[in-house]
Amino acid sequence: MNFDLTEERQMLQDSLRRFLRDKYDTATRNKILESDTGFSADIWNGLAELGVIGALFTEDQGGFGGAGFDIAVVFEELGRAGVVEPFLDTAVLGGGLIADLGTDDQKAHVEEIIGGALQVAFAHGEPASRYDTNRVTTTAKVDGDNVVLNGRKAVVVNAENADMLVVSARESGDAGDENGISLFLVPADAKGITLQGYALLAGGRAAEITLDDVSVPASARLGEAGKAFKAIEARVAAANVAICAETLGAMETACRLTRDYLMTRKQFGKPIGTFQALAHRMSDLLIEMEQARSAVIVAAGHLEEGYKSRESHVSAAKNLLGRAGRLVAEDSIQMHGGIAMTQEYELAHIAKRIIMSDHRFGDTDHHLERYIAIAAA
Amino acid sequence: MDLSYSDEEKAFRADVRAFLEEKLPKEMSDKIRKGEELGKAGQEEWHAILNKQGWLAPNWPKKFGGAEWNAVQRHIFEEEAAAHYAPRIVPFGLSMLAPVLQKFGSQEQNDYWLPRLLAGEDWWCQGYSEPGAGSDLASLKTEAVLNEEGTHYIVNGQKTWTTLGQHANMIFCLVRTDKTVKQQEGISFLLIDMETPGVEVRPIILLDGTHEVNEVWFTDVKVPVENLVGEENKGWTYAKYLLTHERTNIAGVGFSQAGLTAVKRIARAEMAGGRPLIENPHFAARVARVEIDLMAMSTTNLRIVSKAAAGAAPGVESSMLKVKGTIIRQEINDLARRAAGAYAMPFASEAIEGSNLNLPDPLNAGPVAAQYFNNRKLSIFGGSNEIQRQIIAKTTMGGGA
Repeated sequence: MNFDLTEERQMLQDSLRRFLRDKYDTATRNKILESDTGFSADIWNGLAELGVIGALFTEDQGGFGGAGFDIAVVFEELGRAGVVEPFLDTAVLGGGLIADLGTDDQKAHVEEIIGGALQVAFAHGEPASRYDTNRVTTTAKVDGDNVVLNGRKAVVVNAENADMLVVSARESGDAGDENGISLFLVPADAKGITLQGYALLAGGRAAEITLDDVSVPASARLGEAGKAFKAIEARVAAANVAICAETLGAMETACRLTRDYLMTRKQFGKPIGTFQALAHRMSDLLIEMEQARSAVIVAAGHLEEGYKSRESHVSAAKNLLGRAGRLVAEDSIQMHGGIAMTQEYELAHIAKRIIMSDHRFGDTDHHLERYIAIAAA
Repeated sequence: MDLSYSDEEKAFRADVRAFLEEKLPKEMSDKIRKGEELGKAGQEEWHAILNKQGWLAPNWPKKFGGAEWNAVQRHIFEEEAAAHYAPRIVPFGLSMLAPVLQKFGSQEQNDYWLPRLLAGEDWWCQGYSEPGAGSDLASLKTEAVLNEEGTHYIVNGQKTWTTLGQHANMIFCLVRTDKTVKQQEGISFLLIDMETPGVEVRPIILLDGTHEVNEVWFTDVKVPVENLVGEENKGWTYAKYLLTHERTNIAGVGFSQAGLTAVKRIARAEMAGGRPLIENPHFAARVARVEIDLMAMSTTNLRIVSKAAAGAAPGVESSMLKVKGTIIRQEINDLARRAAGAYAMPFASEAIEGSNLNLPDPLNAGPVAAQYFNNRKLSIFGGSNEIQRQIIAKTTMGGGA
């Protein structure tokens, strides 16, 4: 057993933490949140130069990492600083699927992604799919050398910024079947695509996407026809490790801010952290932090394993982080009092990141049910 | 033991229902149901409708122009109002200041301010909390010094978390008038015209993007001595009296019932595994659990309300209702955002209406996540839940706690 980071990952963590500490303070981020794009190209390019995107891909794919532990190191730091730029969407999901399934031609995009030049969004969820990764009703119909896509995609994060969309669509079977789902690499400006964009509560932007007779060449398909589900499931697992690590980093920040506040804020003539009712709650948060860290380590460490081991550990982490995250976010706000309710205080954004992470790729309850189902299978 | 309402109470409920169905404008209830803000004009319109009916000041004695409802009647009204998505009465002037004036104010103050309150001529806000005085309110530092002529107080300092202060033309403040005595004995209760030179209101933007609260700064603000309520240095007594009124309807039973109805509506629209989410046993269990809690608390509330209607002053029970009531309301807010799934993520907030016109809301859920965050305030303001627990412990264990 060795719970230390490798030298490379330690260096990555240090440089990423330093970069974000210098360049991503509350005021800077609030400006990004208020901007029309909800995104900073400077930050994106700076982090790409630092190798942050490359760390999310394996050497075979053109990167220098790509394992669960690499993803966890990167996203913990992004979470600690409350970064809203779409690394999850462009790199782990969109880029990851291209790298996993693409032909050599398609894989050329991965190099552009790693360099920071290409933005991608994963258009998968639909209005009636909630957190079911297999529920796809968008259709793909072969029409000569082309494939025609029709349907609606819900809350597609980074859609407006994206140059390319990775779109899931059904070629055969019923709405909930795992078989029959394909992925297509579609230029964002393809004819028949309509975007309705909007800001997200915890930062960044998303869009509702309507696909109305979007015709793409058959060569736009990623992987085999109707066989994309396994790859989607594995990438969503990686995304959940990233989300859990990001939430862990955000929870660290929430706890740090709360502990500092308890030691400096005085009421009734003494620091409020000396009141046992608050001191014990702070202790509970620190206990839950250790639980959360362990759950992330375990999930990251099993990401390269087979279906059952990978998925049960990922669902366990997402369930635990959902519970511990809610406790940390709510109690941090409560122990601060009114100040934590204000937009300009760091904790406000951090708490939103923690809570809203429960709304992507399955919440606490979804993953508890899934954990039970996987164990029973 | 009889768990049913009396015939008079049932008739009263029917009157309230008929009034709400007839007089509550549909566009107003639609806004409330969607979690949108009414704005100053909307609030004033609703106040005028209630005033015409004689119901704007339910807790005032009839001699001041109030409805003089007992606690059960007020409870019935709150319950029906929430079920019909009626706006809340803006409480600062009508339910918080007015009882203090009626009990401790001069005849002149009552004759002047109370009719203006009913007519909607003044919008009051509350100047209690300060940056350094939150839970420890008695440590407040904003000071009022009498000028040499004895005609005016000169006020300097800063108040914060002033709810809807941006609409207000008047503020009632706790100010320090004696620094040499025990904290609680050097505080006075002062009415300040916000148009006076030296008063500055600065917005505080909350984490859901809304502008509800403000900082209010006072720099050499001249306040006529006639605006002192009661006696100098007795303000803490008045403030405590006011807080007991702030805590009426503290349980928020009506809000919780309306919130739970909304959760079920969202969960019927949201699909999970190809079925409505409400049919998911795990989610249904969460809903049932809070519904059971709410049923019990609603009865606790009625038990206390009945006691109060018989004339007993609520004591530690109002602290208990504050704690349990806010826990239940916040749990319902949590269920609503859970139910909405990925559609909780869009930044649906009244604050950005117009700048975010493309917001998808297929579940007709409204800004559930923004409300979840905004209502974290419930367990913080009006005496945090920690302070309420301290009151319960002190009261029930005497010197032992």
